[in-house]
Amino acid sequence: MAWAKRILRVDLTKGTCTHEPLNMDWAQRYLGQRGLATKYLMEEIDPKVDPLDPGNKLIMATGPLTGTCASTAGRYSVITKGALTGAIACSNSGGFFGNEMKNAGLDMIIFEGRAKAPVYLFIDNDDCRLEDASGYWGTSVWDTEEGIKEAHGDPQIRVASIGVAGEKGVKFACVVNDMHRAAGRSGVGTVMGSKNLKAVAIRGTKGVSVDDMPRFLKAAAAGKKVLAENAVTGQGLPAYGTQVLMNVINETGALPTRNHRDIQFEGASKISAEAMAEPRESDGKPNLVRNAACFGCTIACGRVSTVDRTHYTVAERPQYQVASGGLEYEAAWALGAATGVDDLDALTFANFVCNEQGIDPISFGATLGAAMELFEDGVITAKDTGGIEVKFGSAKALTDLAELTGRGEGFGAEIGLGSKLLCEKYGKPELSMSVKGQEFPAYDSRGIQGMGLTYATSNRGACHLRSYTVASEILGIPEKTDPLVTDGKAGLVKAFQDATAAVDSAGICVFTTFAWTLEDIAPQIDAACEGDWSVEKLLEVGERVWNLERQFNLAAGFTGKDDTLPKRLLKDAAKTGPAKGLTNGLEKMLPEYYQLRGWSKDGVPTNETVSRLGM
Amino acid sequence: MLKALNIDPGKCTGCLQCELACSFENEGVFNPSKSRIKVFNFHDQGRFVPYTCTQCDEAWCMHACPVDAIALNKLTGAKEVNDNLCVGCKVCTIACPFGTVNYNSATGKVIKCDLCGGDPECAKACPTEAITFVDADWTGLDKMRKWAARTDAGQQAAH
Repeated sequence: MAWAKRILRVDLTKGTCTHEPLNMDWAQRYLGQRGLATKYLMEEIDPKVDPLDPGNKLIMATGPLTGTCASTAGRYSVITKGALTGAIACSNSGGFFGNEMKNAGLDMIIFEGRAKAPVYLFIDNDDCRLEDASGYWGTSVWDTEEGIKEAHGDPQIRVASIGVAGEKGVKFACVVNDMHRAAGRSGVGTVMGSKNLKAVAIRGTKGVSVDDMPRFLKAAAAGKKVLAENAVTGQGLPAYGTQVLMNVINETGALPTRNHRDIQFEGASKISAEAMAEPRESDGKPNLVRNAACFGCTIACGRVSTVDRTHYTVAERPQYQVASGGLEYEAAWALGAATGVDDLDALTFANFVCNEQGIDPISFGATLGAAMELFEDGVITAKDTGGIEVKFGSAKALTDLAELTGRGEGFGAEIGLGSKLLCEKYGKPELSMSVKGQEFPAYDSRGIQGMGLTYATSNRGACHLRSYTVASEILGIPEKTDPLVTDGKAGLVKAFQDATAAVDSAGICVFTTFAWTLEDIAPQIDAACEGDWSVEKLLEVGERVWNLERQFNLAAGFTGKDDTLPKRLLKDAAKTGPAKGLTNGLEKMLPEYYQLRGWSKDGVPTNETVSRLGM
Repeated sequence: MLKALNIDPGKCTGCLQCELACSFENEGVFNPSKSRIKVFNFHDQGRFVPYTCTQCDEAWCMHACPVDAIALNKLTGAKEVNDNLCVGCKVCTIACPFGTVNYNSATGKVIKCDLCGGDPECAKACPTEAITFVDADWTGLDKMRKWAARTDAGQQAAH
C-alpha cells in the first residue's frame, strides 16, 4: 500500500501501453518519485544517449505519499536525461495531476521511443490508450488542456502537456499541469516534445490507501499542526508566497541583477510581494487576487494574479485579462532582476506566457539577461534580434521575447537555446550564468556562499531546490549560519542534499521543510509504507539517490571539472551590499565536500562508498 | 442545538483536504472522486468554492425517493441514504435542485452528505476554516459580527 505497486510502460514507437508490477525491492531502497524513477532510468537507458534521441526515456513518477492526506502530498516528477543539460533531470510539480495518476493506480509512467505522429496518452483508470494529438499540435498548454477535457466531455480530467516551445525544441521547455503548475527545469518538456507526445490526460477514481491507516492519520495530523504553527509555513508563505524573499534577498546583497553584473536591484521593491498586494491606479485592485493551494497542501503559497487591464500587454487582448498563476519568487527574479525590468505587470504577463507555452521562466529570464549583455556589449545587434532592442530594463523586450520564445520563433528561437549555447554561438561562453548548462536561480553565491557549492555540485545543473542552504544562511532554518563564510558549508550542503533527495522521493513538497525536519516526515512515511522508515533510513536513501544521480552524470560524460561556477562569480567581486568585495570561495568548499561524500579527489564515488550504500 | 455546515468560499485555497477527509470517512480510502463535498475552481476569477448538501428541511431528494431510502436523522438534521433500501433509481439526483446527491456506479447506490453522524470530517480537515460546523440558527453570526465591526468604525473615526 501507499505505492500502487504498478507502472505503465508506453512504447510510443509501437503505440502500446502495458501495465507492469513495480519493482518493490527498488522501492525499499529508493522510496519513489525522484529516487525510484532515477533507478529505473539508470537501468534502462545508456546515459550517453542524446537527450532528444528516441533511446532516451521519460518517466512521470509519484511518491508513496502522493494522493494521501499528508500535507502537500500531491507531487509528481518528470525524470529523464535533460535536454538543456545532458545531465540527469528531475523536475517536480504540484497541482493535481500527481494525485490523479495515483488514483489511476499508477506509481509511474515510462515513455520510450518516439511516436510517428503527435499523440497524447489518455488514461481512464485501467483503460490506457494513445490518441491522435494532431489537432492539438501547435497549440498552447492552456488550449490543449481545455480541448482534451472538452473532447472527452469530462471537466475532472487532469492534464499535463507541453506548449509550442516543447514541440519546437526550445531547450528549457516544461511539462505544465493544471494550467500553471510546471515540471519546470532542465528541458523535460523538450524531451517530451521530441517523442511527439503532446499531453497526458488522466481520470483516476480508484482511491489511495496506506499500510497502517490509524497511525498514518495521527502522523499526518501532527505534521499539519507543525506547519500551521510555524511562522514561515503558517503565516509568511500563505500571505506573501515565496515572493516574501524579494526584498530580503536584495537587502542581503544576493539578488543577481543584470546577468549577475550586480548583486542588488534598485527595482526590487517594485516587483516584490509587497508590490503585488498594493492597489493599482487603474481599478483600485492589487495584482494579487489570492493565495492558492496545490493538492492536499495546508500551506497554500501559490499566487493567483491579474495583469492591469490597461497595461500594454493585455489592453487589446481580453484572453489575458483573467486571473492565472502569479509570480513566484524565482520567476519574478528571473523575469525582473536578471533582466533589469521593474514593471510588475510586464513580469506577470511574461509569467502567464511562460505557463501558457510551457517554458521555464528561470532559464528564459536568465538567458534573456545574457542576451541583453551581449546586446549592450555590441556582440549582437538589432539585426540579430529581428529589430528588438534587447536592452537591460526593457519591458517590451521581455514581453515580446517571452511570446517569441514560447513559440520558438525569430530571436526567441535563439533565446530558446539557453544561455550556454547562445553565448557560445556568439563567442562569449563566459557570459552564460549557468552550471552544467542550466541557468542559476535567484541567489547570488557571492552573497550566500553555501549556494556556490550547491550550484556547482547540483546533479541537474544550477538549482536552488537540490540543497536550499538559503534556509540556514539567511532564514536561520534549522539554525543560522553566516552567509559570507565558507566554513562548515560543505557539511551543510551535503546534509541538505541528502534530506531533500529523500523528501523529493516521498511525494511531498520540499517547502514543508521550512517547518518539518525528517523527524516530522519519517513517522508519516513509516505509517504509510511497508518496511521500517526511520530518519536514518531516509538519510541513507537520500544519500543513495544523490550518488546514483552522480553516477548517471559521470556515465554521461561529466567529470569533477564540471563542478564549477562561471568566472564572474569566482573572479569578479560583489560591488555593493554586505558581500561587497567577495567572490565565491568554491575552491575552499569543494575538496571538503568530496571528502564528506566519500568521493575521490576527482569527484568519483569510491568503491567503499558505493558498497556502503549497497548500490 | 442543531448544527449546520457553513461555507466561506473566500477562505478556501482549493487544497481538497475536505475531499480527502470525506472520501476517507465514507470509503475508507483517500479518493476525492468519491467525496460528498466538492471544491470548484473558477480559475479565471481566482475563486475556489466548496459545495455540498445543505440538508433542506423539505428535502426534494427525500420526497422524491420511491422506496423511502432517504430519511431524516432527527439528531443531526441530516437527510441520510439507507443503502439497504436504495435501489439506485437516481430519481433523487433528478429531484435535487443543487446536484448534491449523486450516483456511485461502484456500489449502485446514491451518495450524499450525511454530516458524518453529527461531526463532519470536512470541517475538521479544513486548514483555513472555509468550512465550519456551527449553530444552524446562526450560520450568519460571523458575517454579522464582521459587518457590525465595520458599521461602528465610522463613528469611532469621527470621535
